[in-house]
Parts: sequence; C-alpha cells; structure tokens
Amino acid sequence: MSEIILDSQAFQNAVKKVAGDIFKDNKNISELAIVGVHNKGVCIAKRILSELAKLANVGEASINFGTLDITLYRDDLDDFGADMPVIKDTEIPFDISQKKIILVDDVLYTGRTVRASLDVLMDFGRPKSIQLAVLVDRGHRELPIEAGYAGIRRVIDGKVKVECKEIEGEDKVFVL
Amino acid sequence: MSLNRKDLLGLEHLDKKDLQTVLDSVKPFKSLFTRSVKKAPTLIGKTVVTLFYEPSTRTRTSFEIAAKRLSADVVNIAVNASSVVKGESLIDTGKTLEAMKADYIIIRHSLAGAPDILARNLNASIINAGDGFHEHPTQGLLDLYTMYEKKKKIEGLKVLLVGDILHSRVAKSNIWALTKMGAQVAVAGPPTLMPSKIEELGVKVYYNLDEAIKEADVVNILRIQLERQQENLFPSVHEYVELYQLTKDRLAKAKPNVLIMHPGPMNRGIEISSEVADSPNAVINEQVTNGIAVRMAVLYLLKPNKARKYASSN
Repeated sequence: MSEIILDSQAFQNAVKKVAGDIFKDNKNISELAIVGVHNKGVCIAKRILSELAKLANVGEASINFGTLDITLYRDDLDDFGADMPVIKDTEIPFDISQKKIILVDDVLYTGRTVRASLDVLMDFGRPKSIQLAVLVDRGHRELPIEAGYAGIRRVIDGKVKVECKEIEGEDKVFVL
Repeated sequence: MSLNRKDLLGLEHLDKKDLQTVLDSVKPFKSLFTRSVKKAPTLIGKTVVTLFYEPSTRTRTSFEIAAKRLSADVVNIAVNASSVVKGESLIDTGKTLEAMKADYIIIRHSLAGAPDILARNLNASIINAGDGFHEHPTQGLLDLYTMYEKKKKIEGLKVLLVGDILHSRVAKSNIWALTKMGAQVAVAGPPTLMPSKIEELGVKVYYNLDEAIKEADVVNILRIQLERQQENLFPSVHEYVELYQLTKDRLAKAKPNVLIMHPGPMNRGIEISSEVADSPNAVINEQVTNGIAVRMAVLYLLKPNKARKYASSN
C-alpha cells in the first residue's frame, strides 16, 4: 500500500509556492542561480526555474541554471558493494562567485545529500550565499541542515518517492 | 555501474560491458579538471602505492595525479632504492605494503604476470601499469577513450597500430579492447617485429605502411624501443625510418580527419616525424590528459579489500 502525499495538482502548487517564496526574497534575479541535485532535484529545479522566469517576466535562459551530482562526495561509498553508483554530469556553466545559489532537491531527509552538495558547490568557487529549496521536507535529520524553502513540511516514516511528469509521465509524491 | 572486480590486470579479461562502463564513467572525472578545485574527496583515507620495477615518468605521474585528485594518500616506491635490492620477493614486498594498509598497489614490472601474482596473494586492488610484453591496460583504456571521445564511436572504426607489435604491451591491450568493442584493427610493421599468428586475434596484418594507412580512421604509432636495435630485430634505424616512419607525405595518403595517436614517449624523427607529431590530426597531448581521467575512473570502479566477498580477481 502506498500513500499519496502530493497528487499532480498539489505537486504543481508546491512548486509554485517554493518559486513564489524564492522570488519574494530574491527580486534581483540576475544574481540568483538555480542548481538542481541529480536525479529528481534537477527536475524540480527546472520547474522552479520556469516559475521564477514567469514571475520575473524574463526568459528562462536569463536565469543561471546548473546541475550537480554528489556521487564523488558521498560519505558512504565504502558501504556500496561491487556495484558503484553511476556518476552523472555536474554542469555549472556560470561563475559561481558572488551568486546567490538556490540549491534544489526533491526530498530533504537526513541532510547528507545536502552536505555533500555544499562541498561540491564550494569547490567551484565562493558563492555569496547558498539557500536550500526542497519539494518535501520529511524530517528525520541526521545533520544540522534546514531548508529555507519547502513545498510541504511533514514528518514522514517510510520511503518517500517522487515522480516527475518529464521522467515518469506523472507528477506524484507517495510513501512506499 | 561496476567492473565487478578488485584488480585490473589486463583488458583480455574485460568484456564489452566492462569496457563500456569505463568509457561511460570517464567524462565526470574529466570535468573535474576544469574547476578551480580539481579534487573530489572520493578516496579520502585510502592509500595508493605505485610500485615501479621499471622506469616511467608519465604512467607513474598520471596515476599519482589521478589518485591525488581523488584525495587518496599516494606513496611512490622507487624499487632501485628499496628492500627489493636486498632480495625481498615480490609477494613479500606486496604483503609488507598491505600490512601498511595500502588499498591499491599499482605495479609495473618487466615480467608478464607479476601483477597477477600480487593480485592472487593480496586483498589490495592491484592495477597493472605494464608487465613485460603482456599488457598495459590503462593505456589501452585511455587510447580507447580518446578514440571514443574524438570519433563518438568505436564500433566500425578502422584502427591501425604501427611499429613494434611483438614487444608492445600497449598494442596487445589495444587489440583486446578494440576488437571486443567492434573496431576493425590492423597492424603494420616489419615482419621481425610481428608476433606469429597475430591474425588469430582478429587483426589484419600489413607490412607496407603506405597501403595500410589509406583506410585508417585512427593511426596509433608505437614507440620503437631503440634497445631492440641491439638484438638485430630490424636491419637499421635508417631503414625503419624509410619504411615505417609516419611522415607528412604518408599522412597525406590517409583520410583527412585521421587521428594520430602515440602512447609516448615519442622518438621524434624515428617512428613519427615532428611535423606529424605537431599536426592538427595528432591527439597525443589529449591522450595524456585523458589518461588521468581514465585512471581516476578505474580507481573509482575497482573495489579493494572487501571486494573479495563479491568478485574473483579477474
């Protein structure tokens, strides 16, 4: 049995809420950069980018956008068996210095992915600030990391799964 | 994503899927090179030992940089200044290094099979950095990756290896990898430097370079080991230069976009002319850059110590 946390409409509303909150705090879009964490964070980040572009009345291409993969920065690589995680491309095609980075992931859980993401970003340069935006903040933190922006915040037990229209054909968040 | 093994002893034992896994893994490591911080913490706390029984600058340095870019601690052992000169056996040297908690041992040895002996006796990951006339797998992989990067495919590619095929571990690793990936491999060189029954590996043999070069998409020039000249394996360096040096005139007979590769170090004016080595077709320096990224990928994909639980060594 799986419990739906966000259906398609609620999913889109959550993305809009996050984008709206980001825009409220960051009117100067030119110093902003949206960076999605592979895999689903990239999908959510693209949605937020699209909403932000609408709110600021600019083309999507005029907002800095990047993707990052944390595999090489994971603290649990020794725990993998012979099968190592597939490394995706990290693409930060802009100078990170002096940018306000909005780091985007789908779910905030232990905080370890975010910790690794911060390490990756710092190795690209010295951003002005980094803020965290997630679709779902599900609690159970193991590190002192909090999201500035979240679609929903709710303590959830079990495995949270996010599906995106672009990948699975439907927007959905559910608990397995 | 896995090579499903703890050691990399040669390319003969890798299947097409393994080779594709390496090709697919390299790009993220190469992209690290363009950042202000060219390192990732992937191998933090791991120890990599280079154990070279033969001299080498580029391979040893390439491995050292690869390991350091993944944040490993690196120890280089120059065998001439080690206990080996006091008569210590290879296995004892390996066990001593393992007792010092080496996670990876990268070995170059003049005898084929030396890395295999270490692999069978140690839990550390053993990487063959060249063993006798046998194999030089990471050079084979970086050659494969450079072709893949430049030509966007391996299958159907016509690759010509030129020179001393008999004594070349690079040639053997290239032949194993390229034929498995569906390339059409040809070799060209003097009959005295051609292994007998080489056709059985699925390659076409030429003794005339002018004829062989016409069809090639890639020409990989091997270093002529001048010390072989003492063994009378070819009549004279002058004659070799006349018949087998890749010159500007010979290059003119090849396809315009032919890739010129060389594993280094080059003997300019012997197997390759300076004009060709510096021509736009040459990707020799890119091979060196790719060598670091490929070796990083190999270090990432192999699993030392615990790997014995899941996979045999070859």
